[in-house]
Amino acid sequence: MTREFWKGNDAFAEAAVRAGLQAYFGYPITPQTEALEYMSHRMPELGRPFLQAESELGAINMVYGAACTGARVMTSTSSPGTSLMMEGLSYIAGTEVPMVLVDVVRGGPGLGNIAPSQQDYNQMVHGGGHGDYHPIVLAPASVQETVDIVYNMFDIAEKYLTIGVVMIDGSIGQMMEPAEMPPMLEVRKEIPDWAVRGGKGKDRRVLTSIYLAPEDMEKTNLRMMKRWQQIEKNEIRYKEYFMDGAEIAVIGYGSAGRVALSAVRAARGRGVPVGLVRPISLSPFPKQLVREVAEQVDSILVVEMNSGMMLEDVLSSVQGRTHVEFYGRMGGIIPFPNEILKEIERISEGTQKDAGHPRDLWLERMDSIVQ
Amino acid sequence: MATLDIKNMKVVYEHPKALINMNSHYCPGCTHGTAHRLVAEVIDEMGLSDTTIGVASVGCSVFTYNYFDFDFVEAPHGRAPAMATGVKRVRPDRIVFTYQGDGDMISIGTGEIIAAAGRGENITVIFINNANYGMTGGQMAPTSLPGMITTSSPHGRDVEKMGYPIRASELLATLDGASYIVRRSLHNAKNIRMAKKAIRMAFESQVRGLGFSMVELLSTCPTNWHLSPIDASNWLEEKMVPYYPIGNYKVHPVLNEIKI
Repeated sequence: MTREFWKGNDAFAEAAVRAGLQAYFGYPITPQTEALEYMSHRMPELGRPFLQAESELGAINMVYGAACTGARVMTSTSSPGTSLMMEGLSYIAGTEVPMVLVDVVRGGPGLGNIAPSQQDYNQMVHGGGHGDYHPIVLAPASVQETVDIVYNMFDIAEKYLTIGVVMIDGSIGQMMEPAEMPPMLEVRKEIPDWAVRGGKGKDRRVLTSIYLAPEDMEKTNLRMMKRWQQIEKNEIRYKEYFMDGAEIAVIGYGSAGRVALSAVRAARGRGVPVGLVRPISLSPFPKQLVREVAEQVDSILVVEMNSGMMLEDVLSSVQGRTHVEFYGRMGGIIPFPNEILKEIERISEGTQKDAGHPRDLWLERMDSIVQ
Repeated sequence: MATLDIKNMKVVYEHPKALINMNSHYCPGCTHGTAHRLVAEVIDEMGLSDTTIGVASVGCSVFTYNYFDFDFVEAPHGRAPAMATGVKRVRPDRIVFTYQGDGDMISIGTGEIIAAAGRGENITVIFINNANYGMTGGQMAPTSLPGMITTSSPHGRDVEKMGYPIRASELLATLDGASYIVRRSLHNAKNIRMAKKAIRMAFESQVRGLGFSMVELLSTCPTNWHLSPIDASNWLEEKMVPYYPIGNYKVHPVLNEIKI
């Protein structure tokens, strides 16, 4: 295969098509809309259902219905749309049917803006919908990585009968990069055993998220948690850069992680022993890795495009083993490499304040950055 | 003494095969049971029980899937038409219907039902209108009559403050995507027979791919209306039918040719 220039949103749509996607339901919202537009011609030309829903509520419930038939199905949206989909996601989780969602995150809260952000971390990773459930959330950092992850996400979601979320920020959705498309898979013909198909008597299947007896609900909750344990064991993904001999570790995902890599390279060029850990699976979170990194380094710098949502997961993994700092940009602003470089140098010079929560200290420093 | 010749007797009325023979959770006198039976009879007559996927909603009929002997999915409150759309789009060869109450369909699910009807989604909707929220204990619904006393309109529905009822059939019949929109009632035998014919017609519409079909069934809620089953039927006839006229609001010309 050859490498071609692909816009992120078009690229993940094509990757899903090649993964044997059987139906797409969506609603226009910037910065994700190109995916919907791409699907509007690509799916029908292959004879597969595409439907622009009346709202994100409609879209996620169409996905829910299609998922109950065992079809490979997905939707894509951006942050305010994701908020609307939370109801459906909770029901889908409770019904234990697989689906894939691509969330192209923008600035918030509220209408916010259409610029790249990572402010959906909490609502995706820590579950914005009601009830005890954990979607798998993977966060790629380039168009190619998004293609590869979306292509594989269907298999992962189906393996665990769970929701697979691919969370990218608006910049990955909007930018063009060279990417190689994976081969076209055949659309699956067989129907999974659990799926509804039109059966009666002994073959009758009912898919629901209601368990009126608390004992039955608890059994379901426990079954889902056991499955989540398996996911935590099997589905941790991350990349490490320059971690050999590193005394400072930067931890960042998606675009923040990618920008941080430039800063880490520059710092290494200046002789600062710094490395980068880029979690790809945010849920399950690579706790063990962060714990080990905490044993190795003197300081950790968490970089995000939010107010430190992953920071809390890092802190709970580090458990005081090492010094943790935070640097974030908000509101749809991507940090420049030199901002992160400055933070790395400040930490390596040991001029950080000791006391306080990393977020509080960052907020203090932000006073001089944001006038 | 004459003996019954059981061998040569003809079965003229039996439990529908598509309806599981079990006690239901519905209150005595509630017409959900009647509506279930009519749907099941139509499914039997048309031989659809191994090609049908039902979509249950939220309300008293949340457990409707326990009573029908075919595949079912259970939708979030109001979202059944969207979920049915998802099922039907990937399985166009299946018969897909939703069973929704008035709170579900024309309050929280207004967006989904109008959008599905507007798209001409080839699904069937069985719409139970009993003028209140039954499952949560009889609160005011969009369909509650002016002046109607409910647990959330204790002094009667004051239309100046709480607005007017919504006539769903009339509303949906304005949409080009709708093929068959009728209102029937379940308050007496004659109307029940008419209701069954309408349900049959709605499924015939879907089999023929004519688009969105809905049968609104005026229904009783003796428990929350605080009436005996007979008084509830009389109340339905006297109070609800004048506000919600029984009739055909949209019938695709092709359906006029069908003789049942």
